Amino acid sequence: MEVVVLLLDGVWAALQPTNLGLAFLGVVIGLFVGAMPGLGSVNGVAILLPFTFVIQEITGTISSPMIFLAAIYYGAMYGGAISSITLGIPGASTAVATTFDGRPMALSGNAEKALVIAAIASFVGGTLSNVIFTGAAPLLASVALKFGNPEIFALMLLAFATFIGLSGDDIPKTIISICFGLVMSAVGFDIISGAPRLLLFDSTQWFSRGIQFLVLAIGVYGIGEMLWTINSSRDSLKMTEANITLARVWNAIKSFPETWRGTTIGSFLGFFVGILPAAGATPGSLMAYGVTKMVSKNQEEFGKGRPDGVAAPEAANNSASTGAMLPMMTLGIPGSPTTAVLLAGMVIWGLQPGPLLFTDQPEFVWPLIGSFYISNVIAVTVNLACIPLFLKVLRMPFSILAPLIFVLSVVGTYAAYQNIYDVWLMLIFGIGAFLLRILDYPLAPAVLAIVLGPIAEPKLRQSLLLSDGSWMIFLERPIAGPITIAAIILLLLPLYGFIRKRMKARKAS
Amino acid sequence: MRLAELVTAFVIALFSLYLMWESGEGPSWDPTAVRFANIGINVNNEGPGSGFWPFWLSLAMFICSVMVGINWFRRRSPPSRSRDRFLDTYGVKMFALVGGGLVAFLFLIGLIGFYGAIPIFLFYYIYFLGKHPWWLAALIGISAAVFCFFFFDVAMRIVLPKGALEPMFIPLYDIFL
Repeated sequence: MEVVVLLLDGVWAALQPTNLGLAFLGVVIGLFVGAMPGLGSVNGVAILLPFTFVIQEITGTISSPMIFLAAIYYGAMYGGAISSITLGIPGASTAVATTFDGRPMALSGNAEKALVIAAIASFVGGTLSNVIFTGAAPLLASVALKFGNPEIFALMLLAFATFIGLSGDDIPKTIISICFGLVMSAVGFDIISGAPRLLLFDSTQWFSRGIQFLVLAIGVYGIGEMLWTINSSRDSLKMTEANITLARVWNAIKSFPETWRGTTIGSFLGFFVGILPAAGATPGSLMAYGVTKMVSKNQEEFGKGRPDGVAAPEAANNSASTGAMLPMMTLGIPGSPTTAVLLAGMVIWGLQPGPLLFTDQPEFVWPLIGSFYISNVIAVTVNLACIPLFLKVLRMPFSILAPLIFVLSVVGTYAAYQNIYDVWLMLIFGIGAFLLRILDYPLAPAVLAIVLGPIAEPKLRQSLLLSDGSWMIFLERPIAGPITIAAIILLLLPLYGFIRKRMKARKAS
Repeated sequence: MRLAELVTAFVIALFSLYLMWESGEGPSWDPTAVRFANIGINVNNEGPGSGFWPFWLSLAMFICSVMVGINWFRRRSPPSRSRDRFLDTYGVKMFALVGGGLVAFLFLIGLIGFYGAIPIFLFYYIYFLGKHPWWLAALIGISAAVFCFFFFDVAMRIVLPKGALEPMFIPLYDIFL
C-alpha cells in the first residue's frame, strides 16, 4: 500500500509542468535518435548528458535531468521501429528484430499497420514492465541493503561475465574491450591511496585528472559509431511510403489484439532479460522474437510479415529498458550500455546509486518512477500522432545530421569538463573506436567498464583487504558465493560451446 | 582486412605491455619505491597495491591480444578470413575527408575558437562533402554557432574559448552577460 502512495506522489511530481515538459522533450528527442539509423538511445543519452547540467541548475532538482534522459531512453525504443519498418534498416540495435517482420509488412503495403502495432506493443510492454518494476524495486533495494563489498564486486563480475558469455561477440576481443575500459578508469590517481598512477606518456596535462567516462562514451558513440555509419551506409536508402489515413490507423488499432501472444511474451521476457546485468534491450528483443516464433503455430509465416513478429520485439525492447533500470537503481549495476551512461550521470549529479537511494533519496526515486509511466503515455501518443512527421524527418540527409552530431559531440565534451585536452582525447578514442569496430571489436563493454571501474576497483581491494588477500571471500559468503559461481559459469559457457563443437566435428569426421 | 587484424592485435599487445610497465611505477614522492612492488595482492599487509588493478587487467589484455593473433593464424575470426580490404577506396576517402575535417576542426578551435570553427566545419561538411547548396550550409553553420553562444555562454555561463576572435565578443558580453 505504501508503494502505491509513493508511486502516486511520484506520478504527481512527474506531472508538474517542468517535469512534464522535460519528459515530452526527451520523448521527442528519443523518437528522433531512435528513428535515425546510426543513432540509438545510448548515443542520444551520452551526447546530451553534458547538457543536463543546465536542467539541474535551472530546476534545482536532481530528478528532472534524469526524467529527461529516461524519456530519451524510452522514446528511442519507440523510434527504432520507425526506420526498421519503413527503411528496412534498424534505427537502433534494439530494433534489429523488428525488421524481420516489420519490413515485409511495409513492403506488402501494410506499413501503417506495422507502425501502429509497434507503437501499441511498445506501450503495453513499457507499462507492464513499469508495474513489475514498481513492485520489485523497493523489495530488491531492501535485500541489497545487506550487500557488502564482496557482494557488489561479485555482481560487477557477473555483469562482465554476461558480456563475455552471452554477447556472441569474439571473446578475446570482448575481454580486451572490458579490460581497456577498466584500465582507462584507473588512469590519473589511485582512489584508495591517492598516489598518482598511469600518467601515460608522462603527460600530467592530459592524464592527471583521469579519463572521464564521457570522453570515452562520446568518442565511441558520437564519433566512432557515426564514422562507421557513414562508411557502411553508402548506398542510398529506399523508404517505403506509408499510406496513413485515420481509418487505416483505426483499423490497425482494432487488429492489435491478434498480437496478444507476441506482446505478452515480449513484455515479460524482455523485462527479465533486461534485468540481467549488461544484457539490455537488444538481446531482449531478439530472444522475444525467437520465443514467439518458437511457440507459434504458424512458424512459417514469421519473416514474411507477421504482426506478432513486430509486437514481440517492440514490447520486449521497451520492457527490457525498464528492466535494465532495476539493477541500476537498486544495486548500482547498469543493465545495459544506456543505463551505464545514466548511472554515470547520477554520480555526476551527486547521487550514490544503490540500495540507499530508495531510503535516502525518495524525492529522486519516485518522481523518476512516476515519469516512466508518464513518458510511456507521451511516447505512444506522440508516436501515433506524429508518424507522418517522423517519416518526413527520416528523409533528412545524413550529410547534414552527421556534422551536427560531430559539433554536438565536440562542444558537449568541452562543456562537461572545460578542458580542450579532453576533446582531443575524445576524438582519438572516436577514431580508434571506428577502426576497431571494422574489425568486430565490441565497444559497449569498454564504455560499461569505464563507468563500473571506479566502483569495482575499491570494492575488490577492500574485499581482499578484509580477507588478507584470499579470493575465497567471493565464494564463501552466502550471497556473494552464488553470484560468483553464476559469473564463473557464464565465463565458462563459451568454452563449453567450443568443446561441444569440437566433439561434434570429431564425430562427424 | 587480414593484415589490419594482425597489426591491430600487435599494437594492442604493445600498448598492454606499456600499461603493465606504467602500472608498476611507484608513487612519485617515494624515490625508494621499486617498480612492480605495488602490484601484489597484499602489499605491506594493506591489501592490494595501487598497481594491482591496472597491472593484472593489462596482462589479461595482453594475453587476449595474443589470442587474437593465434585466431588470426588459424583463420578463426571473420576479419582474419575476410578477403575484403580494411577500408576500400570510398572508406579511405571518407576517413581522410571526415576524420581529417574533424582534426582540422579541433586545430581551428585552438586558433579562432569554437564560434569561428563551428561555421567553417559545418560549411565544409555540408557544402563540400554533402553537396548541398552553399546558402543552406552557411545558414546551418551560422545558426549552430549562434545557438551555441546563447546556450553555453549566455544561458549556462560556460564560456567557450574564442581564440583570436575574442575581441569581437566583448560588445556581446556587454549586452548579454
